Amino acid sequence: MSEVIKQSLSELVENIKSKKLSSSEVTKAFVERSEKSKELNAYITEDYANALNKAKKFDEKPNLDLKLPGIPMAVKDLFCTKDLRTTAGSKILNNFVPTYESTVTQNIWNEGAILMGKLNCDEFAMGSSNETSFFGNVQNPIDKNLVPGGSSGGSSSAVAAQLTPITIGTDTGGSIRQPSSFTGTVGLKPTYGSCSRYGIVAFASSLDQAGPMAQNVKDCALLQEVISTYDEKDSTSIDFKRNEYSKELTKDIKGKKIGIPKEYRVDGMPKEIEDLWKKGIEYAKDCGAEIIDISLPHTNYALPTYYIVAPAEASSNLARYDGVKYGFRAEGENLIDMYEKTRSEGFGAEVQRRIMIGTYVLSSGYYDAYYLKAQKVRKLIKNDFDDAYNKVDAILTPSTPSSAFKIGEKTNDPVSMYLNDIFTVPVNLAGLPGISIPAGHDAKGYPLGLQIIGKAFDEQNILNIAYAMEEKINFKNNITDWWIK
Amino acid sequence: MSIDLKTIKHISKLSRISVDEKKAEKLAGDLNSIFDFIEKLNELKTDNVEPLTSVAETTLKLRSDEVKSKNLRDQVIKNSPKENEDYFVVPKVIE
Repeated sequence: MSEVIKQSLSELVENIKSKKLSSSEVTKAFVERSEKSKELNAYITEDYANALNKAKKFDEKPNLDLKLPGIPMAVKDLFCTKDLRTTAGSKILNNFVPTYESTVTQNIWNEGAILMGKLNCDEFAMGSSNETSFFGNVQNPIDKNLVPGGSSGGSSSAVAAQLTPITIGTDTGGSIRQPSSFTGTVGLKPTYGSCSRYGIVAFASSLDQAGPMAQNVKDCALLQEVISTYDEKDSTSIDFKRNEYSKELTKDIKGKKIGIPKEYRVDGMPKEIEDLWKKGIEYAKDCGAEIIDISLPHTNYALPTYYIVAPAEASSNLARYDGVKYGFRAEGENLIDMYEKTRSEGFGAEVQRRIMIGTYVLSSGYYDAYYLKAQKVRKLIKNDFDDAYNKVDAILTPSTPSSAFKIGEKTNDPVSMYLNDIFTVPVNLAGLPGISIPAGHDAKGYPLGLQIIGKAFDEQNILNIAYAMEEKINFKNNITDWWIK
Repeated sequence: MSIDLKTIKHISKLSRISVDEKKAEKLAGDLNSIFDFIEKLNELKTDNVEPLTSVAETTLKLRSDEVKSKNLRDQVIKNSPKENEDYFVVPKVIE
């Protein structure tokens, strides 16, 4: 048996079920590894002592029929966890201790997993590099001073560095898939309505989805099976028949039709990405898939649409942070002054920028020109996918237009930062599932990912394609533990 | 289109975020470059397109009208920055 922290989630589950390992042994190993890895800054809040206690309790009376028996897990700090501080990476929630649990995390604990702590993220999930967090940058374990992607940057860093066997993130425009791509890990953004949004700090409610971030496709399928449930506490949760994704996982994708959208060949895309995509097409063919050229004509309009819709919804959602009911309060001369100072001191620059954009596009006289226009273009983008899915079963694209960049490289140019999400944003706008799998390295040795986009509710299909391709790709992450002294 | 400082001041008031001169200038620069990028949408004719308000094409489920959680007063007030007995406390509003 290999070292505990090197084992995949599926191996750990197997070893706990067959009593080769106890929950305490596993939890202790990941806690020790996390403690040695503070330089990555992946955690905002650690809960190690409680985790070790819970593991001990689990071992005293183990329920080995559960899907995640005694498995320790750290989660993105956007999920409300009862009695454990939840900050959303923001100063304004620095002291917020939820009195309730998010549905997604509750589903995870119900299957026997144990909370280890809360992982760093961009403030209110607004960012592509984890640099907007009030709690500081996160290091990518791939290389020093490299961003881990964002907004689920603490999550991607923690999974790649093996501080947690698996984790969950949230994805509004690419916040699971882009950090997964930057760290050589697997990330799934499920269909909108698949995972409950109850108890997740809201960013843009028509786009937000929670999903698994894992070392491999099988682990990803197992966690998706656990977190995807119908929930009456989320009015947009959808009641559809959910698969047992990990049990039904198969590498047989013979005859599956995979579309290649020509519009994703964007100007200025590095040759490495183009080559990776070509390689991906060959892998898919090797697995028996049929490759079909398709067109998604409104692809170029997705980012501008997103940067109206997401800030508009955010400006509305974040109106609740007023210094009255919870969170940080700045003193003011009167009520309005208190609101304005609280929000000015409590929110970081990127969040303020997006609230201002959102307020502007929803304001009197501009609503039709911006917000309504964006909703109409969003319809055209969704129609593109509907048309494509008359011809194909899934779509293959690169996950990102580049590999991970250095900390500080893009912080002064918001638009160049936004371009990171060019291949992931259309999927959120159309509400579809998308998975990023590691598929190669660039010249610097940094990981690159491929994205497989599915039909709504067809997670099983893209998981299967990813599972088949993963075997052919045989990706190895090159992590040297440089941060451990 | 150009967003001037007067507009920034107006949006900051609507957003309830205080903005000083220096911050207003930085925001005007950022917002102008973002809106230049957004203007691309004007290339598209959308007169006959229905706006998409939700990707989840389902109707809301009905449920029976019964109270499921109650007596949450302590929980609701627990994270308040300032409270007095059962009330949130804010600066004086009425003179």
